[in-house]
Amino acid sequence: MTLKKVAEILGAEVVLTTADMGTEISSVCSSDLMSDLLHFSTTPKSLLITGLINKQVVRTAEIADIKAIAFVLGKRPDEETVEMARQKGIVLIVTRFSRFTACGRLYAEGLRSCTGEDR
Amino acid sequence: MNVREVVNSLSLEVQSAKGNLEREVTGCYISDLLSDVMAHAQAGELWITLQTHPNVVAVASLKNLAGIIITNKRIPEEETLRKAEDERIPIAVSPSSTFEVGGMLFKMLRC
Amino acid sequence: MTQRKNIEGSFHLTGGDFTNAGGASSELKSLLINIGIAPAIVRRAAIATFEGEMNVIIHAVAGVMHYLVTPGYIKVTLNDMGPGIPDIAQAMQEGYSTAPDWVREMGWGAGMGLPNMKKNADEFRIDSIVGEGTTVEILIKIKEELL
Repeated sequence: MTLKKVAEILGAEVVLTTADMGTEISSVCSSDLMSDLLHFSTTPKSLLITGLINKQVVRTAEIADIKAIAFVLGKRPDEETVEMARQKGIVLIVTRFSRFTACGRLYAEGLRSCTGEDR
Repeated sequence: MNVREVVNSLSLEVQSAKGNLEREVTGCYISDLLSDVMAHAQAGELWITLQTHPNVVAVASLKNLAGIIITNKRIPEEETLRKAEDERIPIAVSPSSTFEVGGMLFKMLRC
Repeated sequence: MTQRKNIEGSFHLTGGDFTNAGGASSELKSLLINIGIAPAIVRRAAIATFEGEMNVIIHAVAGVMHYLVTPGYIKVTLNDMGPGIPDIAQAMQEGYSTAPDWVREMGWGAGMGLPNMKKNADEFRIDSIVGEGTTVEILIKIKEELL
């Protein structure tokens, strides 16, 4: 489904960077631990759902080729983080839902996990 | 729905406090950040995380959580399981990802 | 078909500098993309380098990341001035971590750094002296694409 649809399902309050919202998302990672994202290979069209809002998340997403990050519980990253994401073409959205509800809703819509152990 | 029913439905492997699975599950909280769980988790919730170190037991105990599910094939440390036995906190493990365990639990608890 | 010339350079890393953490790896990743290295190889190099950089920032006082890109391989060496590692075999276990709690709260310290580096590299070497520091070297082979 498109990022736009993901944002709708997550009742996303805010979209902080406006890289292409028509981008297809086919899988979801949910973690607050950065190393974990790097440990499993992510498929190219992944969304990250996390409660961690520092700059590191954007850095890790860039390294792991993650295209979009949804922050939960209405947490908003600071200006610097937003700017870094903008420069790297990573979409940031904020949802008021918890990680549980966010995962639950996307799972109910058919999205599946990005973690694949192919290495 | 109690902890035992969740464990059975999701085919989880329980590694501590196997005698304390009758507790009613009121919801679920997913986070790998201890401070976040301390701030937001509610009593009776099941906690899904990747963290395996002993501090998770202290947090689960303080917040009166129904149990902990550790995902992604992570293995809880021995000290963690020992403390969990002492505190009677059920810890279950799953080979699946946080997203999937959370997704399936969401379906179960919302019906 | 001319062979690409070797490219090398280095970055200084400051211990505890989480604000800029990952910057060196990010630059190296951009460089590799610009010279046309295959995406799968760029990804492995970026992950291994990033984990190495984070280790220096989390555990050491300071360090240097040196990279060398030849037509045949990418080599990244991380030297740090830090506590060193008393038991390397233990440090290489997935999930083993000596990171303090506040680092875990930042999303790091899950104990996957060194295993991740080894997993993504074709060759992996680690040396350490307790009280002085650690050196980690990774090598990733490049398959030259046919032009």
